[in-house]
Amino acid sequence: MFPLREDFLRVLPELVFCAGGTLLMFLQPFVRSRQAFSSLALLASAAATLSAGFAALTPGTAFGGLIRADGFSFFFHLLIGLVVFLVVLGSSSYLERERLAPAEFYALVLFAAAGMGVLASAQELLTAFIGLEMSSISSYILAGYRRDAIKSSESAMKYFLLGSFATAFFLYGIALVYGKTGTTVLTQMGSADVSDTVLKLGLALILVGLGFKVAAAPFQVWTPDVYEGAPTPVTALFSAGPKAAAFALLLRIFVMVPAATQLWFWAFWLLAVLTMFTGNLGALVQSNVKRMLAYSSIAHAGYLLVAFAARSEIGVAAILFYLLAYALAKLGAFTVVGHLGGGGEKHLDLEDYAGLAQRQPFAAAALSVFLLSLLGLPVTAGFFGKFYIFKAALHSHLIWLAVLMGLNSVIGAYYYLRLIVVMYMREPREEAACAPFPAAVSMVLTICVLGTLYFGLFPNHVISFALSPGLFGR
Amino acid sequence: MTPHLMLFFVLAALAVGGAVSLIVASHPIRSALALIVVMVALAGLYLLLGAEFVAAVQIIVYAGAIMVLFVFVIMLLNAGEEERTNVSRLAGTAGIPLAVALAGFLAAAVARSTPVTATGAAAQGAASTRALANLLFREFVYPFELTSFLILVAILGALVLAQREK
Repeated sequence: MFPLREDFLRVLPELVFCAGGTLLMFLQPFVRSRQAFSSLALLASAAATLSAGFAALTPGTAFGGLIRADGFSFFFHLLIGLVVFLVVLGSSSYLERERLAPAEFYALVLFAAAGMGVLASAQELLTAFIGLEMSSISSYILAGYRRDAIKSSESAMKYFLLGSFATAFFLYGIALVYGKTGTTVLTQMGSADVSDTVLKLGLALILVGLGFKVAAAPFQVWTPDVYEGAPTPVTALFSAGPKAAAFALLLRIFVMVPAATQLWFWAFWLLAVLTMFTGNLGALVQSNVKRMLAYSSIAHAGYLLVAFAARSEIGVAAILFYLLAYALAKLGAFTVVGHLGGGGEKHLDLEDYAGLAQRQPFAAAALSVFLLSLLGLPVTAGFFGKFYIFKAALHSHLIWLAVLMGLNSVIGAYYYLRLIVVMYMREPREEAACAPFPAAVSMVLTICVLGTLYFGLFPNHVISFALSPGLFGR
Repeated sequence: MTPHLMLFFVLAALAVGGAVSLIVASHPIRSALALIVVMVALAGLYLLLGAEFVAAVQIIVYAGAIMVLFVFVIMLLNAGEEERTNVSRLAGTAGIPLAVALAGFLAAAVARSTPVTATGAAAQGAASTRALANLLFREFVYPFELTSFLILVAILGALVLAQREK
């Protein structure tokens, strides 16, 4: 079974990402211009996003069933491609300001994206594991990319140690599941005996490993420190990219393996509640905006887990839509934070945002849109995200989960609105610097704002796509 | 108890003992030496399973090349004794009982479960070198090739984190 043309077409996005990363590494010694590297990285991520279309045109499995190109993987490839494109676009001015080497940075981002792409389309656990590691190891290094900043090194170290620990759990889980079912291909696990303890343990360990990657409580301890210490464009990538990819794998296992569908339900229920409360209560007491957004991203993982617990098609659709809405808002918010942080990321405190509306009306307006979307107000994409999750929860008679989620949304409103109030109602401090936004950063913000508003008004395209029966290629 | 089984328990005890002393040892060189014990014991376990090739690779690559590199780096950095902080003591008192509980739980579950007849890859006798090659270069060629990119990322990361300031 030599790989055929279709096999390569179905993994084309990953190949493009890898080729782009390798090319950047080759060019690094010869090219001096920062512009050239960022253009190349932009080109590679755009090409990879487009090539997801080629993969979608020839749906089916590749490499003997290890990979599946279907509507589901198409959606996640588009999402990851978009996230990477926006991160690259928004990071060039940051890298210049902090005097960081561009070629290696972009290469690592592209390799991480390739890993996330693998996660989105893998239907075999070993392949998924390699994808997870590609994305994780790139992430560890990116977290420590500001080597002169002690916080960045701390972030990388913590992420690496805890991430490796979680990976061990994931791998042990795969070993146990393989030991019981005799296969690592998800589609062949249908006949497995659900009542078997080893299989239960294996699935539980896989859930622990992936729970760490999506920052679900009680596996979320690393998140605030890592998000705060990492360079802000990297934090933007973390909150949108690897998280979506890990959710994609979790969802594919949950849907395709009947044993997981049965066994993970209560785990998701419990994780969702814990995660929502940890994230929101943690965010309440933060005065550092970057840290507050880190806690808020924990809370959003909790909302997504509510949709998992719904175990229905509308739940799946809600997850896909929510990930899109969440990625746009979080990316945009972190991009604003990264730019306003100034040299060495010194201005991250809530006080530094006082009177932002007077100093930089555009940034304040954009950040407000993102915060309102995270809060879930109408006309923003976040509203329909939360709406569909509520609908899925009520549809599956998970009244308590829906109630707790509503309660958490109210808690969340406090800290999102507090930041907006600080930006609009307070007088600016006189020494506050007022660096203008570079064109590329403004473009990122414009795309994120327009996307947030567009999907807040017209969510139907995405929802009907996510509800289509052929989503998992069946 | 068959000699086969006895050998298994001896090797397993060596592996676990080596792993524990790796964590407990406070000097990096001692940890590295304990790691060699783990690697060699694992190679013995692979041999018991009839996987000669994997056992040989385990010795050559891990116990040989990688461990030499480890020891070399430790010597080069002149790494001294680890310092124990209050947090690491806390991790010991809370972590050890939890780790023991998890291990006991897993062992009980594995002991009680019925063995399965392997299908797919394992049924073809993945232990023999030819079967292993077929698995690596045919069935699992895609993750195998992806691994090369994974290693490339690791190399790039080492360069990024270790290079001198310009």
